[in-house]
Amino acid sequence: MELYFFLFFAVVAVASSVAMILQRNPIYCVLLLIMVMISIAGLYLMLDAQFVAIIQVVVYAGAIMVLFLFVIMLLNLSREEGGAFRIQKPLAVLLTVLLFLPVAAMVMSYAGGGTTPSADGGQTGFGEVEQIGSLLFTKYLLPVEIAAVLLLIAIVGAVVLTRKGTVSVDD
Amino acid sequence: MVVDPMILEGAIALVKIGILLGVVFTSVAYLTFMERRVSALIQDRLGPNRVGPMGLLQPLADGIKFMWKEEFIPANADRVLFAIAPVMILVPALLIFAVIPAGGEVTIPAFTLFGLQIQETTTTLQIIDLNVGILYVLGMTSIAVYGIALGGWSANNKFTLLGGIRSSAQMISYELSLGLSIVGILMLTGSLQMSQIVAAQDGFLDWFIFRQPLAFLIFVIAAFAENNRLPFDLVECEQELVGGFHTEYSSMRFSMFMIAEYASMIAASALMATLFFGGWHMPFEDLVGPGLVTLYQVAGFLLKTAFFLFVYIWVRWSLPRFRYDQLMAIGWKVLLPLALLNVVITGIWMLV
Repeated sequence: MELYFFLFFAVVAVASSVAMILQRNPIYCVLLLIMVMISIAGLYLMLDAQFVAIIQVVVYAGAIMVLFLFVIMLLNLSREEGGAFRIQKPLAVLLTVLLFLPVAAMVMSYAGGGTTPSADGGQTGFGEVEQIGSLLFTKYLLPVEIAAVLLLIAIVGAVVLTRKGTVSVDD
Repeated sequence: MVVDPMILEGAIALVKIGILLGVVFTSVAYLTFMERRVSALIQDRLGPNRVGPMGLLQPLADGIKFMWKEEFIPANADRVLFAIAPVMILVPALLIFAVIPAGGEVTIPAFTLFGLQIQETTTTLQIIDLNVGILYVLGMTSIAVYGIALGGWSANNKFTLLGGIRSSAQMISYELSLGLSIVGILMLTGSLQMSQIVAAQDGFLDWFIFRQPLAFLIFVIAAFAENNRLPFDLVECEQELVGGFHTEYSSMRFSMFMIAEYASMIAASALMATLFFGGWHMPFEDLVGPGLVTLYQVAGFLLKTAFFLFVYIWVRWSLPRFRYDQLMAIGWKVLLPLALLNVVITGIWMLV
């Protein structure tokens, strides 16, 4: 049963990522990317990480992707301009190969032994809100604070950039 | 033959889903009828009263009419997205109901059906009690934006595109206040689980409306905006955008948008009842006999939900529409700071 669900989400995730790359219409690309995000959320659910799965849907599929869609609709790109990615293409191939080497090494290391890493690492309550919350506010407090400051800088930056010179107050 | 407990559990879940969908779709049909009758009442008219007794068969007539209308697709529309946009808005609206509890535990007595022996089982009147229940609701509302945005974009019409873009901005803005208004409740309950939130309100004075009145106000306003209902229906806004994002839709696809709108209204009303008005808990539960208490609770829950649906309609036909800049100003400059203030007050209250 679990295997079938895993296969379903895995196939959907891989198939939609491939389709996303091959797709020329940016709107369809975005939609396929949402499919990838949601099937990855499904995989998280199978690892009993309900919180991470929902956050994946809310943050990636829900918020960021909507903004993405927004930009594309306003820019009205009907298809991507050819020739713009001359240097990027070989670079992308190189980086992908570099990225896949460690992944492949990890997969190979499990292939022989037959022991798959267990999802919860032996802990109960893995991926639940309480545990993530207490970890974020104790062990990982510094990274959380740094991320918060970074986000604040981004927000202030956006406000500064959109404000053009004179400030007009209406209403 | 005794039925395997696993299969029995699955079968009960399927039955519950079936009942839920039946109830939701029937309520949607009668909600459209209620909207027309209440609007008529408010405007001192009669409203639809010809089909069946008191016009009660009107939704059926509407449905048949929708089915026989011509299905029209604009020439330059993106056909695939045009077809799936109504589905993408309807499905999340229906999925929200999975975590809303309609009642407590019920015991199904043992019985025999077609030679199958079914043991006594207990089940809750809720499809699934996720431990991240409330976040799941927020996730579904955030996905619902796609249907409107894509419906507006794919029709290739400037009015629909404007409606779609307005909706994306509006729903993203108000989702923040919606989420933050619930934080106070989560702090008091200490759980994201719907059953725990309901359990925290078992006494009448424990209802969160008494402990979180500000949160309720913010939640209601944000929910109105999330559902694109008047006074925040700038997404459709007849005077400016013809019909907004669904201008080009016709026939059953148009009615799917309508079903989705009313289904998400019901979901929002059920959430108001669950989060702030005790869910299925009712006052004077002890006075009702043990056999009838579940019935009393479910009826109470449905009544509370129906009341908020009435408020939705009442507000729609009483208030004028906001201007778009006013809408954004309320969302970001009023509701969001108030929601944060509510979190701070709740925190101080919990410490003292």
